[in-house]
Amino acid sequence: MSRKQWFLIIFAGLAGAVIAFAPLPVRVTPPAQRTLRVEANQFAYSPAVLAVNPGDTVTIELVSTDVVHGLYVDGYGVSVTADPGQTTRLTFTADRSGSFRFRCNVTCGALHTFMIGKIQVGSNILLWRALGLTILASLVAIILFPRPAKAQAA
Amino acid sequence: MRSELTRFPLVKALLKNRWPQLLVFIVMLAGFLFAILSGFIGTPVGSSNFGIVFVWIAWWAILILVAVPFFGRGWCAVCPIPLPGEWIQRGAILEPPSRKPRWLNLRWPNKLRNIWLQNLTFTLVALFSSVILTTPTVTAIVLAGMLFLAIGMSIVFERRTFCRYICPVGGFIGLYAQAAPLELRVKDKRVCATCKDKPCYNGSQVGYGCPWDVFPGGLTRNTYCGLCMECLRTCLYDNIVVNARPFAADLAKPSTRLDETFKAFIMLGAAMIYAGVLLGPWGALKLAAYSVGTTAWLGYAAAFLALIFGILPAFFTLAVKVGQRLSRASTPQHLFSKFATALVPLGLMFWVAFSLSFVLTNAAYILTALSDPFGWGWNLFGMAGIAWQPYLNALLVPLQTLVLVGGLLWTVRTAQKVGTEVRVSPIPVIVFCTLATLVMLGLLL
Ligand code: SF4
Ligand code: SF4
Ligand code: SF4
Ligand SMILES: [Cu+2]
Repeated sequence: MSRKQWFLIIFAGLAGAVIAFAPLPVRVTPPAQRTLRVEANQFAYSPAVLAVNPGDTVTIELVSTDVVHGLYVDGYGVSVTADPGQTTRLTFTADRSGSFRFRCNVTCGALHTFMIGKIQVGSNILLWRALGLTILASLVAIILFPRPAKAQAA
Repeated sequence: MRSELTRFPLVKALLKNRWPQLLVFIVMLAGFLFAILSGFIGTPVGSSNFGIVFVWIAWWAILILVAVPFFGRGWCAVCPIPLPGEWIQRGAILEPPSRKPRWLNLRWPNKLRNIWLQNLTFTLVALFSSVILTTPTVTAIVLAGMLFLAIGMSIVFERRTFCRYICPVGGFIGLYAQAAPLELRVKDKRVCATCKDKPCYNGSQVGYGCPWDVFPGGLTRNTYCGLCMECLRTCLYDNIVVNARPFAADLAKPSTRLDETFKAFIMLGAAMIYAGVLLGPWGALKLAAYSVGTTAWLGYAAAFLALIFGILPAFFTLAVKVGQRLSRASTPQHLFSKFATALVPLGLMFWVAFSLSFVLTNAAYILTALSDPFGWGWNLFGMAGIAWQPYLNALLVPLQTLVLVGGLLWTVRTAQKVGTEVRVSPIPVIVFCTLATLVMLGLLL
């Protein structure tokens, strides 16, 4: 490999590390108390996508309109279950930002394992980092290995 | 860059001897029959039924995360589905018997000697997958159906026609087996040229002619070799070897077959659709995919087919065309199929990323289903009461990112090598693959 290529690899490595790990300035919104009502029925939550700010104290009021359902929040490991017609509450501090799936943790029928919602705490920073890495990877590979078509057709 | 594994006497003996394989076969067949049984008599609740949990979580995890990426058709080497049929066809379980049974032994029709039928069977399974995946009786019917179809085809046709031309699983295993770092080949083709009876293809007293209807002496890629090891047993000149090799070695010779190309599109599209439908937060979409026969399902099916057979190939064609313009090249043959080789690593890694999420969040059901396979309240191993929770949750997103970004790099290199060969700029194809990766990340993360 030429010197230029080594340069590019090192540069790409550094850029990749920055995209993957650099701390970002977080927009600080004063933490608030939030109560979100989520209805569960076979096999969906509504609303299915919740958004809160980092630091918020979140209370999810889970109401089931058919059978017993649960709600388990990935990444937080907290959960709650609700009998039909009854409202139960789950309160936790949203101290990790990112996008987390929540899912039913009470076997409730055929599509139970796919009964899924999402809670966004602040922005989905890991997604942005992943998208950045993808574009970087693709660009670097294109530059690193020069277009063979032109090189050969000449 | 290749290292012969069969040079170790122990490895060779284990592969050549029929007993180790038979032992694995028996365990697999027992598990398979038990999965069918529990599908029929066990609880209708999928996540508590051994059939569903073992096939769609445990087997699937092993297949797509380990077996296919590292061993290619390794699964086919131990798969129980074609066994009863093969035993009946051969009239033996081990060595060839002195008197062969006389079945019809027909040749498979020439027109169907491709994987279009496999594309069809996979697409059908995929369209009904939300039901198959979640309903124990339906899974049992599908598994039993494959078993009996394989038996029937073994009686009517020669060799393993079910595996070669029908099995919905076998089609994509073959496609992705090209990426695996393992291969079975001949040591020296010149020896084959002088070998008169070609027992590896025609069979002999010590073994059967290639059940996969492949001439081992001509093998250049993994796609259709089922790693059954018959040729290792029959070759008179000790000319068959199993090699460790670099990943994706087969992709250096791009495929020119449209049936294989469409297999790549089917797999790529299906991974994206599953990521959105099964793992996304859209309940209406899940219900549509599940409610077979309703208008909503018809809409889902139409969108599914449109994406796989229309939208993806159309954009890909566009990318190939733009590449041609960029390099002002003449029109080499099979450009579309050749560039679609890049979709092999891309699709494989899409499936790995999708399956990581599906498998890690549902692995807990494996323990409970072991202890209570039928959902009857048994507790064989004391694990029936284990509460469900996702495993390795914190690692999931970083792992998926790594898999998809790594997969894209691999794809880009593949596309570039194709570009070099056909003298057409691969950049538009790379852009296509990058965009697909961005969409997949958006769906999964
Ligand atoms: S092709 Fe299908 S049935 Fe045949 S061995 Fe492979 S997975 Fe089993
Ligand atoms: S039996 Fe061995 S030497 Fe003869 S054709 Fe087959 S692989 Fe080649
Ligand atoms: S006989 Fe040899 S070439 Fe044929 S499927 Fe078995 S291992 Fe592969
Ligand atoms: Cu539920």
